[in-house]
Amino acid sequence: MTLRYDGTYEGLMTAIFDCYERKLNPSCITSASHFQPGVFDSTQQIVTDVKKAERVLKWLRTKLTPKGFNSLYLAFHSELPNIEMTIYHFTKITIAHKINIERDFRQTPVLRIRQVTKMMSREIHRMHAFVRFQKTSDDIYAATIAPDFNVMPFIGDHFKKRYADQQWLIYDTQRNYGLYYNLETMQFIKLNNPDWAGRKQIKASVLKEGEQEFKRLWSQYFKATSIKERKNMKLHLQHVPKRYWRYLPEKY
Amino acid sequence: MKADIETKLKILADAAKYDVSCASSGSKRANHNKGLGNATGMGICHSYTEDGRCVSLLKILLTNYCIYDCAYCVSRKSNDIQRVAFTVREVVELTINFYRRNYIEGLFLSSGILKNSDYTNEKLIHIAKKLRIEERFNGYIHLKIIPGASPEVIREAGLYADRLSVNLEIPSEKSLKKIAPEKNHGNVYRPMNWLKEQISENKEDRRKYRKTPRFAPGGQSTQVVVGATPETDYHILNLSASLYKEQQLKRVYYSGYFPVSQDNRLPIVNQAPLVRENRLYQADWLYRFYGFSMDEIIDKAQPSLDLKIDPKLGYALRNLDLFPVDINTAPYELILRIPGIGLKTAGMIVHSRKYGKVRYEDLKKMGASMNRAKYFIQVSGRPLLLSTDTPEGIRHQIMYQDKKAQLTLFN
Repeated sequence: MTLRYDGTYEGLMTAIFDCYERKLNPSCITSASHFQPGVFDSTQQIVTDVKKAERVLKWLRTKLTPKGFNSLYLAFHSELPNIEMTIYHFTKITIAHKINIERDFRQTPVLRIRQVTKMMSREIHRMHAFVRFQKTSDDIYAATIAPDFNVMPFIGDHFKKRYADQQWLIYDTQRNYGLYYNLETMQFIKLNNPDWAGRKQIKASVLKEGEQEFKRLWSQYFKATSIKERKNMKLHLQHVPKRYWRYLPEKY
Repeated sequence: MKADIETKLKILADAAKYDVSCASSGSKRANHNKGLGNATGMGICHSYTEDGRCVSLLKILLTNYCIYDCAYCVSRKSNDIQRVAFTVREVVELTINFYRRNYIEGLFLSSGILKNSDYTNEKLIHIAKKLRIEERFNGYIHLKIIPGASPEVIREAGLYADRLSVNLEIPSEKSLKKIAPEKNHGNVYRPMNWLKEQISENKEDRRKYRKTPRFAPGGQSTQVVVGATPETDYHILNLSASLYKEQQLKRVYYSGYFPVSQDNRLPIVNQAPLVRENRLYQADWLYRFYGFSMDEIIDKAQPSLDLKIDPKLGYALRNLDLFPVDINTAPYELILRIPGIGLKTAGMIVHSRKYGKVRYEDLKKMGASMNRAKYFIQVSGRPLLLSTDTPEGIRHQIMYQDKKAQLTLFN
């Protein structure tokens, strides 16, 4: 049986609640947007119910450490295919055992959650590293990104602590939403029909005068700091995979 | 003629790149004044050079004018190169503007030596102070301390910098005398020891009075050049062990030597000893994170690390009587000594086995590198690989596998 939900974390938690209440045994839990109906499979639509979701979450919180509890939320945002089923199975094992099983890595769902959490953390770390701001004419430091996973909800704190005294905007061009800090608070925003330059970059026409100069200086610095006698492109690519190059002025 | 900023950046970054340190971790400087920057938490590499090194800090010299003539250094007095100097303002503005665009974690400032060491150090400190006070900058600052610095200068430097480093460069006094006539080890160790004292005093003071300003919260590090002089790995690693223990350094960096231009005081080499450098780092890691002592990693009788295999595998082969290790019962410390099992996998093993037996398949999934580990472990229900129970046999098999894997990769 396939369960369809609305793609939110509360929706998934509602689905898990329904599985227990109605003794369902799903073969797939999927959000409507990726749904591909199977020929011999029946489908049930899950109606998101915050109260049901709260009950599941509250219960999980008592069974897991804060880290374990958060790792499910983090893994969910990977948007990887079948991550919902992994979270469902993880919950099932948690229910089946009296003790906390979040570190029993012999169990496939537990190990998988750990691996996906690690992938997420790495992508978050990469965004901390590879975001490159450009100052716009209205004094906002703006950057576009297109991360592998939906990491936007997890990167704000880092930038807020670091750039407390400047306005900034980080925009995910893939998922079409961003995070904006106005010197006081952060908020998620969505641009209507954003108009990007090539490679989904910010258009040169909205940049502050002289902004390109810093890009040039930085690229110059990057070039000077390499030691050509030790060149090792294999290692270089391992650290900076090509799909990230488009963010980086030193690579373009 | 005055050089423009781009030319200066090119020359002074190029001259600074031989300092391999790029760490931006280990400090605890939070953004407390709603100013710019935050240096808590882990370091971030914002880019990587084409030789694969991390770019975390704006690493530059204030100037490449220098009164010294150290053979291993590009900026040595007798080298015929263009000499330039940044102004204070230029360094401050570059740092702030790069930081605001998320290019860097902070500044690593070093310099050629002008007049004398204290005069030079004071210039560097002046810039750090300006960044902290006038620009309210809380990012990472690493200042190089020029050997021979006085205690007063060091005390001041620690107030503004996160990390300080005095470079040893040449691993023995005898070799140093030969290629850097104006330098001596005493001038390096003295500031290191003062630093160590002040760092630990500051920790003590902070325990008593929480408002005491931090002193070099990222600790101190140093660098040794490898391959320019005849010191063995045994010598170098024991030097590191003593620096970690006596001077309580956070890091010792190893820089494989390659010629920065001809100087007849130095050996002729065509290529930097990259493999050797890599093995030294591996040994250093075993010492700091895996609970190995230096004499377990290397001994006087065999004073060079094996370039063909990593030092952990080397240790296991020399001590086959300790193996096989039963992954379900052995203590964590012993599991860490199994080749192919790193810190993370070892942690996962000891957590998981509380719930039940860890099997061969589990190990693989947890990320152990089984082509190494399989010779050294015992897992319930699995016989040991008895066909190859001599050190030479295992060594041969592992090297053969690695080679085969490489071949398939390229075909």
